[in-house]
Amino acid sequence: MFSNFDFSVIGSSLPYLFGQGMVFTVTLTALAAGMGVVLGTLLAMMRLSGVPGLKHIAKVYVELMRSLPLVLVIFWFYFLVPYIGAWVTRAPNPIQVGAFSSALITFTLFEAAYFSEIMRAGIQSISKGQTGAANALGMTYWQTMANVILPQAFRNMLPLLLTQTIVLFQDTSLVYVLSLTDFLGAASKVAQRDGRLVEMYLFAAVVYFAVCFTASFLVRRLQRRVAIIR
Amino acid sequence: MNYNWNWSIFLEPSPEGAGTYADMLLSGLSWTIATALSSWIIAFVLGSLVGVLRTLPSAGAQRIGTAYVELFRNVPLLVQMFLWYFVLPEVLPGNAGTWLKQLPNAPFYTAVVCLGFFTASRVAEQVRAGIQSLPRGQRMAGTAMGLTVAQTYRYVLLPNAYRIILPPLTSEFLNNLKNTSVALTIGLLELTARARSMQEFSFQVFEAFTAATILYVLINLVVITAASFLERSVAVPGTR
Amino acid sequence: MTSSPMPGPTVAEPVAPGARAPADSGLQSGRLIAPQAGGAPGVPMIAIDNVNKWYGDFQVLTNCSTAIVKGEVVVVCGPSGSGKSTLIKCVNALEPFQKGQITVDGTKVMDKATNLPKLRSRVGMVFQHFELFPHLSITENLTLAQRKVLRRPAEEAKKRGLDLLARVGLSAHASKYPGQLSGGQQQRVAIARALAMDPIVMLFDEPTSALDPEMVGEVLDVMVELARDGMTMMVVTHEMGFARKVADRVIFMDRGEIVEDATKDDFFGKPRSERAQQFLSKILQH
Repeated sequence: MFSNFDFSVIGSSLPYLFGQGMVFTVTLTALAAGMGVVLGTLLAMMRLSGVPGLKHIAKVYVELMRSLPLVLVIFWFYFLVPYIGAWVTRAPNPIQVGAFSSALITFTLFEAAYFSEIMRAGIQSISKGQTGAANALGMTYWQTMANVILPQAFRNMLPLLLTQTIVLFQDTSLVYVLSLTDFLGAASKVAQRDGRLVEMYLFAAVVYFAVCFTASFLVRRLQRRVAIIR
Repeated sequence: MNYNWNWSIFLEPSPEGAGTYADMLLSGLSWTIATALSSWIIAFVLGSLVGVLRTLPSAGAQRIGTAYVELFRNVPLLVQMFLWYFVLPEVLPGNAGTWLKQLPNAPFYTAVVCLGFFTASRVAEQVRAGIQSLPRGQRMAGTAMGLTVAQTYRYVLLPNAYRIILPPLTSEFLNNLKNTSVALTIGLLELTARARSMQEFSFQVFEAFTAATILYVLINLVVITAASFLERSVAVPGTR
Repeated sequence: MTSSPMPGPTVAEPVAPGARAPADSGLQSGRLIAPQAGGAPGVPMIAIDNVNKWYGDFQVLTNCSTAIVKGEVVVVCGPSGSGKSTLIKCVNALEPFQKGQITVDGTKVMDKATNLPKLRSRVGMVFQHFELFPHLSITENLTLAQRKVLRRPAEEAKKRGLDLLARVGLSAHASKYPGQLSGGQQQRVAIARALAMDPIVMLFDEPTSALDPEMVGEVLDVMVELARDGMTMMVVTHEMGFARKVADRVIFMDRGEIVEDATKDDFFGKPRSERAQQFLSKILQH
């Protein structure tokens, strides 16, 4: 049934698909995950701090992000970031932000909400006695967090953080709506140029599946190891 | 910042001719809700089936269930959307493909099926987790009374499992609702798409997106309220 | 400085600690503790003055007052829910209280101006569930607060930690992780960890009640040794054998109140309150 199809288009476009597309996807995923975890951890700490203002700001931020579709958030920041940039740099007009930076800011801010829920659960999973012991030894809030609570929370939650990163890896395909050249964007451009939609989209699906399946498998193995150590 | 706010834009007629910009957004909202509800029916039924497969003693059934979940979880939703919309009609035998291509409202039906199958993999995971969290004795007690496997699931395991997984199912329902926006890539005129076209026509970017944001937040609140009401009304007396 | 009248009416004259007070370096003479700072003459090391605490509407501590002078070992006992663990946690402000005052070596613990981390670094605490940090090795557990709080150089912190680990008889386990040790071993490490900060006073919150019975002895042995070395100690425990051996005073609490506060001999010989008598008869039966 594939007699009408020409899969050689894949071979000839491999350098473009991976050299540009996949590099974009992986870079965006890694940077947004790293920055998202940091911001998410701060949000989780704010939310658990018990300080009225901080607690509520973090809660509203997280709940708002989690109730919006990523596509809408991508559009929001695509138009908003130039204005924020102008406001920060006191420029009179919206400043041009590169497509990659705009996407990176969007995914960092969006995923931080999800990472913060994971880190919040992680921090809450550490018994109160650990905080008590650290405080009793004279450690300050930041020392306790940095040396005692966060390392444990992070280790316990590592499988969930990585699983969320796999979700993020898949989500980055939505930069398609901004016509950026991530892996799917590259595949889609070739597909439309050569009229080979079937071949290119099937190939994209296979590649995404292979990457995500392998990564999930590794995370499950890690999860079993973490479970044993605990 | 020199952005010219113009909140009265919603009352101005949209260039599409039929009604105001507000009407346009509300029509988007109704497509979002229609798509979310229709796809949820598929997701719930198919997801329950696959989830049950993964808890059956038969190794073959488990393998089928696992394969389904892995397949639909490890390919981005957007790619799945393209596969259903662009690829499926091409690879189907002649007549069926042509019928699909000529289907009126194709973006809507495609989105419903795509989201249904996608969300089913998530529902399946919840159903499996719910069934596995029940004490093992429940299944044995059902069998001991002479219930068939199907009856044990229908009358003993599933009623309890659904109650346990109601909160995560609620968030899957909301995820499914948010995911309807991905269907704008295949031309479904749902809420985000309408906000985007309002921005393109009127240049009032932030009014359009603010309105869409508020509508999404409102639906979320309605769903969460309804879910907690449902949770209370199906709660078994004497259990937490 | 507190000038409030010291302890309630049942308090006997605190036993003068001078007889057992150490003079020179704890390590050289094979003891667990270094010479203690703090504790100006006439000022109690811990002064608890009319402390009241509520959880919402529920009062957990009612008018608790007592004082512990340098070198004294005070055992706090009472039925579960009597507030004894809450009271000891108030001493280093792990639990806040709403009314009254506690001073440690002259510093008010609930004062906003007090540098709590600094105060706490001088008050050692041992917990019911050990609370070693599971992601850190034993050596790291012993050195973390020395380095981060006392700003000791890594080498010095390690030496001090390992010396104390040797004193509690666990040198062989320095590079293991808490999860690899038995409960009794973990609690001995926890004591060494607290001692590494060179505390002026040690608080023990039911240190043996989470242990399997066969491990209680090894922990109590370390505590007895510590008491004999002259450490000021406040110990919440049901181990009456320990109290008989080394306590100077025994405080009995019930329903959030200090019911009895007496010398060891008075407490075991002729407890005045009926509640203390009942408690003792129940505990001493086994």
